[in-house]
Amino acid sequence: MEKIVIKNLYKVFGSEPRKGVKLLEQGKSKEEIYEQTGLTVAVQGASFTVNKGEIFVVMGLSGSGKSTLVRMLNRLIEPTSGEVLVDGQNILTMNKDELVRFRRSKTSMVFQSFALMPHQTVLENAAFGLELDGMDKKQREERALDALKQVGLEGLENAYPNELSGGMQQRVGLARGLAVDPDILLMDEAFSALDPLIKTEMQDELLKLQDRHERTIIFISHDLDEALRIGDRIAIMQGGRVIQVGTPEEILQNPADDYVRAFFRGVDPTGVISAGDIARDSQPTVVWHTKAGSPRATLEMLSMKDREFAYVLDSEHRYLGVVSSDSLRDAIDQGNGTSKLEHAFLTEAKSVQETDSLQDILSLVASHSWPIPVVNSENRYRGVVSKNLFLRTLNRAEKGTYFEQSAS
Amino acid sequence: MFSFDERVIPLDAWITSLVDWLVEGYRWFFQMIKWPVDFILSSVSDGLLATPPLLVIALFGVIAWRVSGFKLAGFTLASLILIGLLGFWSETMITLAMVFSSVVFCTVVGVPFGIWAGRSDRVNNILRPILDAMQTTPAFVYLVPIVMLFSIGNTAGVLATIIFALPPLVRLTSLGIRQVHPELVEAALAFGATSSQVLLKVQIPLALPTIMAGLNQTIMMSLSMVVIAAMIGAGGLGAPVVLGLNTLDIGLATVGGLAIVLLAIILDRITQSMATPKNKDVK
Repeated sequence: MEKIVIKNLYKVFGSEPRKGVKLLEQGKSKEEIYEQTGLTVAVQGASFTVNKGEIFVVMGLSGSGKSTLVRMLNRLIEPTSGEVLVDGQNILTMNKDELVRFRRSKTSMVFQSFALMPHQTVLENAAFGLELDGMDKKQREERALDALKQVGLEGLENAYPNELSGGMQQRVGLARGLAVDPDILLMDEAFSALDPLIKTEMQDELLKLQDRHERTIIFISHDLDEALRIGDRIAIMQGGRVIQVGTPEEILQNPADDYVRAFFRGVDPTGVISAGDIARDSQPTVVWHTKAGSPRATLEMLSMKDREFAYVLDSEHRYLGVVSSDSLRDAIDQGNGTSKLEHAFLTEAKSVQETDSLQDILSLVASHSWPIPVVNSENRYRGVVSKNLFLRTLNRAEKGTYFEQSAS
Repeated sequence: MFSFDERVIPLDAWITSLVDWLVEGYRWFFQMIKWPVDFILSSVSDGLLATPPLLVIALFGVIAWRVSGFKLAGFTLASLILIGLLGFWSETMITLAMVFSSVVFCTVVGVPFGIWAGRSDRVNNILRPILDAMQTTPAFVYLVPIVMLFSIGNTAGVLATIIFALPPLVRLTSLGIRQVHPELVEAALAFGATSSQVLLKVQIPLALPTIMAGLNQTIMMSLSMVVIAAMIGAGGLGAPVVLGLNTLDIGLATVGGLAIVLLAIILDRITQSMATPKNKDVK
């Protein structure tokens, strides 16, 4: 479901910004416009959609316009032209009061520099948004305490921000954002000022929080690893333009241009490509408790197709187990004709999730002779990853040709 | 040949006639401005003079002890007793009342203007030359017009003091507001703060130490005007100094000066301690 729709959004800084938009539409470049008019183009023609409940990462180097973009979503920076629709409502036409109400009820923000109030305690900081909204003290402190608990800061309510480490300060920033229970959380380089270990910890924290409450999160980052780690989808910005939007896999497999490709150079593909991306429906499947799914019929089918393993599903296409021709024969011998398919299941056979990365499934693929079955979150069968397939994928990625081949 | 001798703008004459015009036509207006100042000044000085000196001394001692500690309290008690023993008790109370009233009016006028200037570059640019003029114009230049418009006495002295003592408070309030980190203002806005909420919950609390420093400066400058105010008939500690100068009574002038210095140190230390809370190391 669409939560935020951005249409043709422009931001030009300077005395006559509209002129800048016109020049851009005439095909002039950012640099030409700056030389001619002194106007600075920050964001040009950005259009994309953010779905409800996803973590949407906007990635780009400094100066790419990503921080300006995120500030246009709550109008901390006034867009020059374009539309920002949140739940179908255009926020650019809101008057002052409507905008204040929108900011209080729908969004909250976490900042790179934390931006905590130094004269307020941790608790007061966490309750800041609720206080602005006029909630009474007892109630807002209760909710602030709850938010602090969510980010693991119990017992520090009465400390002042300058007594805390950077990581803890940003937890307070996050708690302040969560306390107002927003639909949309805007995070502007929220973890960029933290050292790497703390950063990873905070990313995990965010993902954990996202498991519990599905919020729509717009996360600004210049860090590719971060984007790949937490992003459901990524938008890549360059020079004020959004040049590609997609899932990490999509962008990795099919980069829009050299700029995006350069971004991804040096990324270990086994961490990004998931089992679901390469799974093939190359193995025979049988549906249990049907005629064709009896042990004898299955064994016959395998020998006809000259295959060793069959994948057993139920009528809803849910994965149940793996049988081999050996296990089938054993089951038929022991069962005296009454045996069922489940008696022949290979006890060591395990499925993997389609979202698991190649790194996650490496040991399973390597240690078993059968191709590893891949299922989705509802346990439905998506195909298998064989040793052969796995190695071919790695080989292509190593040669740097993975993108081209997958793209074709 | 060009000569400046023939081309002199008669600005002096214009100003003279402007002041005359104001005095003739609008004296009632200036008398009206005078009224609230007069009211506060006379109530405070009457109050201070009616209070037993020992009670006033004790009160100051307690204030000094509360905001700072025993050291300042001791100094305050000793200084005030010394002033009393020097024979300047009632003059000191009048000076105190004058300083207090000028600071009250400086705060009422200066803090709002400072906030306005802190939030608007245009206001800041307009106010700056005016504040410069207020601070650098020699007091003697505006003493005579003030006497003409407000007549002589304590109230005229306070008004002259306000002109001189107001600028630092406006400047430092503006500076304090400007020094608040823009990210904090942005954060407040992002959480749906209205303009007045940004002011009350973020800008003023964070600018408070700087505003207090401005208040401290205003008090100090008010005290430095005591002698000049005495020239237009204001009472208080300035009077013995002026009298001493006029009669070449060096002893009298020096003792009056000593009392001013002691009072200045007491007020400075007390307000400075108020500006920096000792329990919370909040910056």
